[in-house]
Formats: sequence, C-alpha cells, structure tokens
Amino acid sequence: MSDVKVIDEIPTYQVTLFVRRFNQEDGLEARWEDFDVTVHGTDRVLDALHKIKWEQDGSLTFRRSCAHGVCGSDAMRINGRNRLACKTLIKDLDMTKPIYVEPIKGLTVEKDLVVDMNPFYEAYRDVKPFLIASDKPEKERIQSPEDRERFEDTTKCILCAACTSSCPVFWTDGQYFGPAAIVNAHRFIFDSRDEAAEVRLDILNDKEGVWRCRTTFNCTEACPRGIEVTKAIAEVKQAILRGKP
Amino acid sequence: MVVIETPRSPRSRKSAKFERYGWLYMRISGALLLVLIFGHLIINLVMNGGITQISFAFVAGKWADPFWKIWDGLMLWLALIHGTNGMRTIVNDYSERPMIRKTLNIALWVVCGALIILGTLVVTTFDPCVDPSVSHTLSVCK
Ligand code: HEM
Ligand code: SF4
Ligand code: FES
Repeated sequence: MSDVKVIDEIPTYQVTLFVRRFNQEDGLEARWEDFDVTVHGTDRVLDALHKIKWEQDGSLTFRRSCAHGVCGSDAMRINGRNRLACKTLIKDLDMTKPIYVEPIKGLTVEKDLVVDMNPFYEAYRDVKPFLIASDKPEKERIQSPEDRERFEDTTKCILCAACTSSCPVFWTDGQYFGPAAIVNAHRFIFDSRDEAAEVRLDILNDKEGVWRCRTTFNCTEACPRGIEVTKAIAEVKQAILRGKP
Repeated sequence: MVVIETPRSPRSRKSAKFERYGWLYMRISGALLLVLIFGHLIINLVMNGGITQISFAFVAGKWADPFWKIWDGLMLWLALIHGTNGMRTIVNDYSERPMIRKTLNIALWVVCGALIILGTLVVTTFDPCVDPSVSHTLSVCK
C-alpha cells in the first residue's frame, strides 16, 4: 500500500461576486448585489452562480444548459469582458478583487443575467443560415478537404452572442446585423456546395450590413470558440466587392 | 421529402450600394491622404529650416507651381469629404431620432460644401501680387 499517492485536497478560496440584478416586477432600477462564495480551485464562474442560486438566493436568474461550452447559453460580461461563465475558471481571474458579473450589452435585459435574444436570432435568420442547393445527390455531397477548410473556422459558432454584444456598433442602435450573423453567413458563402452565396452577399451589402463594421476586433477577442470573427467579416466585405465568394 | 422554405422576406433595404462606395472611399482616400498629409507636413514643417521658413512668400512660391496647387487641392477635397463622411458615420451611430440625424447630416454636408468651394477658390485664383503692400517684396511680382 505504500505506493498509493495521496492526492492533495483541492484548495478552496473565498471570493466576492458582484452580480448585476434586475427584475421588472419589483420596480427597482438595475443594481449591483454582492455575494460571498466559497469556491474550489476547479470552479468556474458558472459554479459560483450555481452556489449563489442554490444556497443563498434562489431568485438569481441566468441561462445555462450544457455547462461545458457547447450550447452557447451563458455568455455574460465577466469583469468587463464577454465570456461563457462555464468556460471561465475563477482562479484565472484576480480573486483578490470582487468579480463583476453582468448581462451582455446591447440586448434588452429581461431579468438579472437573462437578455432578450430575439433581435440576435432575427439577424441570424436573415442571412439564410442553411444549405441552399438545387442538385439532389444519391448520397452525400462530395467536397475536397481544401474546399472544406475554406469555411472551417466559421462552422465552430455556437450562437452565444458574445461577439455581437461586444460590438460598439451593435450597442449604438441594435440595427447592425452583427458579427455572429456575418460569421454564419460566411459559413455558407464560402461553402462550395452552396449555391446562394450571391443572395447572402446581397443581403449583407446593406445599410446595416458589413459596412457598419469598424474593425475594432472586440468580436474576435470575445469569441469563446476562438473564431477569427473580424477576419471572417473582412472576407465577406472582399467577396461583396468582388461580387462572388 | 421535407423542403425548408425561405423562412422570411429580407429586411427593408435602403441605400445599400451607397454604404459600399462610402466604405471604399474611406480606404482609398485614406491611403492617398497618408502620402499627401505627411508629404505636406514634412515639406512645410521639417525640411529646409522647418517652421521658420513659413511665410507669405513661401506659400506664394509653392502656389506658383501647378504641382502644389494640385497637391493641396486634392488634399482639400479628399480630406473634407473623408472627414465629413466619417462624421456622418458617427452621427448615424449616435443619433436616435431621425429628424436630428437628418439635420446633423445636412449641416455636415453644407459645411463641407462651403469649405470645399472656398478652399478651391483660394487654391485656383490665388494671386500673390494683388496686395501692393506685400507684393513689392516678391520677385514674381516685379
Ligand atoms: C492620414 C491619413 C488618413 C487615413 C489613412 C485615414 C483612414 C481612415 C479610415 C480607413 C477610416 C475608416 C474607419 C472605419 O470605417 O473603420 C477613417 C475614418 C475617419 N476618418 Fe480618416 N484617415 C486619414 C485622415 C483623416 C483626416 C485628415 C480626417 C479629418 C478631416 C479624418 C477623419 C475621419 C473620421 C471623422 C472618420 C470616422 C471615424 C469613425 O468611423 O469612427 N481622417 N479614416
Ligand atoms: S462567433 Fe463566437 S462569439 Fe460570436 S456567436 Fe459564434 S461562438 Fe459566440
Ligand atoms: S452552458 Fe452551454 S455554453 Fe455555457
């Protein structure tokens, strides 16, 4: 039994979270509320929010489903940066200071950390994010690895809205299509199997389309999937100028 | 077989082409302005004695040459339209009410137009010899 290794206990920390609270029904303005939470070294911001909801205040409202960075439900502004709560380890933040958690900006807050995502989905729908092809192949549609590589990056989007809600142009009036819609248009515009690239390019050659992008790179920095969002937008701009992908 | 119909009609689309040319213009004029503005600054403020050389005679001497008239005229047109179009973008971002947006944009282009007309007049009709109190000091007027 002498070779059994004793695994160190996971260290615990005491952290303070300032959470932006809002509830239409209580008639109060949005406000910061602080919570002290004991967290493990392996805990993420989402775990801390769970602890608050389950142990301290059951009314705290936020979205999450997969808890593993796949579903895109829990984008929020953590210490001023858009991130997924389920992919942000608390020990990676500065634990000596309070951690600020607030809803993503530019979309209407419904309650606490939950925003109305409908305008975001609307812009997504408007770029026709589905394959448009007239042929009817017997089996699958064949594509070369090179052709597939062309849009590989933009297939990774999970529609979390971290990019669109980090964009200062989107914040101004919410009319801009936003990076996420353009990323998902890019995914089909540069797909060799798709036949409606021109239609999508025409949709994005809009007053509220790609030309509103000012190349601030906030979207690229915000994307939890590491998609080069600003580059994808630039490629769509180039494609519109060329008139084809 | 299930066929997915086009889910909805596209958004209302106004002045789409204009934004595209505006975007292109900002980049093309920006690239030209880079050369024109820094060339201007270096020649006027750095070379041949720097800022001490600037005088009426210096300007008169430069504008006796059509090359500098075209240089300065280009800089005037490109920068004013560039700056005004840039301001239009910012107005469109921050103005919420359509009336205010329209008023500010009209004001911008009126000012831009007035400055272009005045500037072009100066560059094209400039004559160093009209004022005798200074022209007697200039060799070109003798
Ligand atoms: C030195 C050469 C210059 C270069 C290379 C340049 C380049 C640019 C570019 C590429 C943009 C578009 C930015 C975007 O849409 O993302 C821009 C915007 C702008 N430029 Fe220039 N520019 C120059 C000089 C000027 C001058 C002389 C003025 C003033 C008369 C000016 C005023 C503006 C304004 C107001 C904007 C809009 C800013 C915004 O969209 O937030 N620029 N410039
Ligand atoms: S591009 Fe990235 S940040 Fe934007 S919605 Fe998709 S996954 Fe989220
Ligand atoms: S809960 Fe699914 S991405 Fe975070």
